[in-house]
Amino acid sequence: MTSLTTPTLHPTTLAELADAVRSVPRVLAVGAGTKPRLSAVDVVKLSTAGLRGISEYDPSEFTFTALAGTPLREIAAALAERGQYLPFDPPLLDAGATLAGTVAAGLAGPGRFRFGGVRDFILGVRFVDGTGRLLRLGGKVVKNAAGFDVPKFFVGSLGRFGVLAEITFKVFPRPAVTHTLRLDAATPEAAVEILTAAASSRFEFDALDLAPGETGVLARLATPAAALDALTGEVLARWPGTVLPDDEALGIWTGLREFSWCDPATSLVKVALAPANVVPLGLAVRTLAGARLHVSAGGNVAYIALAAAADATALDQHLTRLGLAGLTLRGAAPLWLGHRAPTAIADAVKHALDPDHRFPPL
Amino acid sequence: MSAAVLQRLAALLPPGRLLERPEHLAAYESDGLTAFRTHPLAVAVPATTDEVIALVRFCQAERLPFVARGSGTSLSGGSLPVAGGIVIALNRLTRILRLDPAQRLAVVEPGVINLDVTLAAAPYGLHFAPDPSSQSICTIGGNVAFNSGGAHCLKYGMTSNHVLGIKAVLATGEVVEWGGPSRENLGPDWCGLFTGNEGLFGIALEITLQLLPRAECFHTVLAGYRTLEQAGDAVSAIIASGLLPGAIEIMDALALEAAVAAVHADYPAGAEVVLIVELEGPREVVAADRARLDAILAASGPIETRPARDATERAAIWKGRKSAFSAVGRLSPDFLVQDGVVPRRHLGEALARIRDMAIAAGIRCANVFHAGDGNLHPLILYNGRESGALERAEKLAGSILKMCVEMGGSITGEHGVGVEKRDYLPAMFTPDEIDCMARLRAAFDPLGIANPGKMFPTSEAPALQQHGLHPLEKAGLISRE
Repeated sequence: MTSLTTPTLHPTTLAELADAVRSVPRVLAVGAGTKPRLSAVDVVKLSTAGLRGISEYDPSEFTFTALAGTPLREIAAALAERGQYLPFDPPLLDAGATLAGTVAAGLAGPGRFRFGGVRDFILGVRFVDGTGRLLRLGGKVVKNAAGFDVPKFFVGSLGRFGVLAEITFKVFPRPAVTHTLRLDAATPEAAVEILTAAASSRFEFDALDLAPGETGVLARLATPAAALDALTGEVLARWPGTVLPDDEALGIWTGLREFSWCDPATSLVKVALAPANVVPLGLAVRTLAGARLHVSAGGNVAYIALAAAADATALDQHLTRLGLAGLTLRGAAPLWLGHRAPTAIADAVKHALDPDHRFPPL
Repeated sequence: MSAAVLQRLAALLPPGRLLERPEHLAAYESDGLTAFRTHPLAVAVPATTDEVIALVRFCQAERLPFVARGSGTSLSGGSLPVAGGIVIALNRLTRILRLDPAQRLAVVEPGVINLDVTLAAAPYGLHFAPDPSSQSICTIGGNVAFNSGGAHCLKYGMTSNHVLGIKAVLATGEVVEWGGPSRENLGPDWCGLFTGNEGLFGIALEITLQLLPRAECFHTVLAGYRTLEQAGDAVSAIIASGLLPGAIEIMDALALEAAVAAVHADYPAGAEVVLIVELEGPREVVAADRARLDAILAASGPIETRPARDATERAAIWKGRKSAFSAVGRLSPDFLVQDGVVPRRHLGEALARIRDMAIAAGIRCANVFHAGDGNLHPLILYNGRESGALERAEKLAGSILKMCVEMGGSITGEHGVGVEKRDYLPAMFTPDEIDCMARLRAAFDPLGIANPGKMFPTSEAPALQQHGLHPLEKAGLISRE
């Protein structure tokens, strides 16, 4: 792996951003560096730290627009003041993660279970393409079907198709109260059975996770205050378990959001999967000494922390065997693990947005 | 195009599945945008995805333009044929390949009807959330191509938000598979980019859809008001309260008149405007939210509020709403359906300006709209037999679109740009931005053979014009929204 290059470009306006992109033949934008593996490429770095602030926020529209380098923390605080939130629990908020970094990484937390992830809330982007043009695609209203949906394409694009400058998101009113329940499950199979049954149940859970080191299912309800106790009782009547005290629940969800269950120095790999893959993946992870697993979003996302860099090869083989793909967020493992299917269209779209290969390849 | 080419094209399909006779082609010459029609060279009717792939590769090799078509309900002329090109009719690809209730997903072919996904999922307590008004006839392939919406977009998003995976044949002939059963994605969101491509990238062959549990309980209220401003204020109060209704809809007087005439809808006497609000969720949640909604509505000065007492009354409220568009056909021989979006705070001003512009133009205009997300649907009435009437209607439509953009909104919320709004794309995007999208289009379709003449401004000769309702609309099979 190459060493991290210190960011050398520090634009503070959108015009400076476009100039900065044009000024160097090879460049990659970085935010707060909370997912360092994603930008571990030996090219000039462009820091978005100087592009910070919420440019528009009208709570009655359920939308906000913010500059790329705005920390999630600032956004969450501004939304909370008006009783709103980004329902997908953007990760690494306390660690300083930025809005554009979250989009480029395509990262969502446990709350993505109910209403969807980054892709489901992004509405519009301004970005600088590989030719240095500042462009705006998508829109600023909650519903828009004009033109190609380039904003969604930027989710998970790792900065390889353009430099995000400003992003518009949809937001929702924040539910009044939450309860977190720990539903008993003796085995991983039993836990997955609860996950899938709960996902189709009438209760409309806000989050359904299998936390590292826990055998039970963490189930979060987010509802009006008047409904909470009755719903909680009904859930526990169906699946035995306990209600967690609020402070304990907050600690658990914050820990999951911030990845505090794993050592920041080791490799952390995100895997997209389906509920049917949860048990086989769990068995695979158990063969890797010291590795830990967090299954999130009702069994649709997994995070695997490896104890040793050497285990990346074994994980790669396991993922390939299971037909799954992994993306390394931090640590020394290769950026991509497991199943990949190269396409000609990926190269053609890269060429369309970045003809001179100013941004690194994916 | 030589007869020899058509002969080789026909050889790709079993006998009888390349339609060339004028009487067969007539059914394909128009879509939900009834003002335009074009005769295709031929209509290919594949029954398998392999046949679709073979057709697209043939078109690519022959530089033959093609337009994929489902049920032809596009309101933006998205499936209008191209002169000198073929239509690929996907109506025989109707298999639901997989229904997986445990993982809450369905894998379907593009010709599957939107509502049929929900019907197949219903025994498991699941449903497919996007519900365009044409849902009983429109296809998933069309929903994907145009990122269709419906009445529940504020809470549940559009079609794109429910597409987990796509297998597609691109206009280059390449077959790709993106996404899959997971609700999460790694790497750039190709399904997101493909959804809403308006047929300019290629044809979706298999689509993996997420299913959601059907809400346990609904609370649907219809409230009548004397003025649009009162109804608009009620919407603002609902949004400000922190409630997240599944749907918030408004119909104005002319739309109400149409619904009464068409489906004998019953509205509060003296109501110039009707607001429909629907809460949904677990019964305990709906009960709690209902108390708040009732208080907000009571304070908003309605003539009358009518909560649906049972499923039948709820269905009646939605029938009046969803039939409103085709019902307008009873008031006027022809009409254009607009689809602009404005920031919600400008709704009242937008409606007042539409009213003033319509009066100034001497044109009647009914309004039905998704108030929760600012998506307007002005229905511009005209008589196509009257010289210059369509042009005047289009001029008004254009003024409305420009107003939407000026207010910070969009020229289309859910119908797509298609043929109808292609000349307004520059109102929303700069030449560089349109160039960027054109480059993307060229990446997927370097020859420009996939649904050419849509989305991008063009100086191509306009299609022929026609008059009256679409034949399926006359038969009551489809409605416009």
